[in-house]
Amino acid sequence: MNSLVPEIDAWGPGPGAGFTALLRRDLLLAWRRRGEVANPLVFFAMITALIPVAVGPDPLLLARLAPGMVWIMALLGTLLAADTLFREDYADGALESLVLSPQPLWFLVLARVVAHWLVTGVPITLLSPLLATLLSLPSSGLWALVIGLALGTFAFSLLGAIGGALTVALGSGNVLRPLLVLPFYVPVLIFGTGAVTRAVSGGESAGPLALLGVIVALALLVSPFAAAAALRVGIDG
Amino acid sequence: MSPAAPLLEFQNLCFERNDVPLFDQLGGEVRSGEILQVSGANGAGKTTLLRVLATALRPTAGEIRWRGDPLPRSRSRYLTELVFLGHAPGFKSALSPRENLRWLGGLFTQRRETADTALAALGLAAWADVPCAQLSAGMLRRAALARLPLSDAALWILDEPLTALDRAGVGLVEELFRAHLNGGGGIIFSSHQPLTLPGVKRLELTGA
Repeated sequence: MNSLVPEIDAWGPGPGAGFTALLRRDLLLAWRRRGEVANPLVFFAMITALIPVAVGPDPLLLARLAPGMVWIMALLGTLLAADTLFREDYADGALESLVLSPQPLWFLVLARVVAHWLVTGVPITLLSPLLATLLSLPSSGLWALVIGLALGTFAFSLLGAIGGALTVALGSGNVLRPLLVLPFYVPVLIFGTGAVTRAVSGGESAGPLALLGVIVALALLVSPFAAAAALRVGIDG
Repeated sequence: MSPAAPLLEFQNLCFERNDVPLFDQLGGEVRSGEILQVSGANGAGKTTLLRVLATALRPTAGEIRWRGDPLPRSRSRYLTELVFLGHAPGFKSALSPRENLRWLGGLFTQRRETADTALAALGLAAWADVPCAQLSAGMLRRAALARLPLSDAALWILDEPLTALDRAGVGLVEELFRAHLNGGGGIIFSSHQPLTLPGVKRLELTGA
């Protein structure tokens, strides 16, 4: 404890160390609050069960509704969870540690986004075949739905990070953040539901799915940097 | 970078919030082995000054130099040699002190010394695995201070490190300070409490 000579017993964490440390932390936190994390899934399961009761059990009508319904549930699920993406870290001071760490901030933001996707997007994606089947979606559309959701929810998390970072200091319950990110969510929604509808009607779903992949790639290039810049301004309050 | 340069020096530092100056024309320096206590009435700008010095806030005017190099440019090197402990230490209430130290450890340069020894040094060994939500304010403060013996940084910037600590806790902090200063480190901290350490430099904020 008396020595400050770095060579003796110190190690500088590599750029990957912060990424894995943050990812581990977030997954551990999600596990501690698994009830909270599972809440939207339970909610979506209930919606799925209630729709046939409310609109009638006509399988043709339900099959037409299914892609849109499942996609909207996935969108809302990630949108609601994106609210906590940086706000908690801001409130308890963890964000300050992230910004003042020698690690590149955009890489830490990416870790936060990946954790967010693993906790919100991935469970909904895994649950989606079940929900869609309950809504009488023909099995020919299931693969397009799952692949589309896997890509699309990752894009939601990436884009949500920009909105979350921009509004980090505004406190909870502000309507600005959903308004900011929703326009960017719409193309994802269009291509995502389009892929399923095409697959169901016997068409080719590779086109819309490829476009989803392009959106993910673009968001991956822009979002961590934009969010990191916004966070720097955000703690400057 | 010259060996004689102070660790951190700042000149003509000015910070305005909503066009009202919080402090103006502040200057000072911390050399290796020196400790600087920032004091002042509530709202005098102690926290803001410390956050400016830690580069969490941008000063309205003035210059900060780390080992002789002006700051915005030398920031990345500065951050590898800095520990900043703010009011809120960034501990997650659902995680235990050990888990919190672990994830923070991934962000900052750390010694190989384990979180256990650091927590034991602050008298928290028995509480290492209890979620932070169940700890008292004083214990949380001790847990946050456990980052200090773990760190390898040359400069510590600590915002009210003595808040909520009992007398034994203050003694532990003074011990940590002494060891750090003897090892050639520097400390800037804010507090209303006087320390028993010799040679504490003072910076009184009186408002601009």
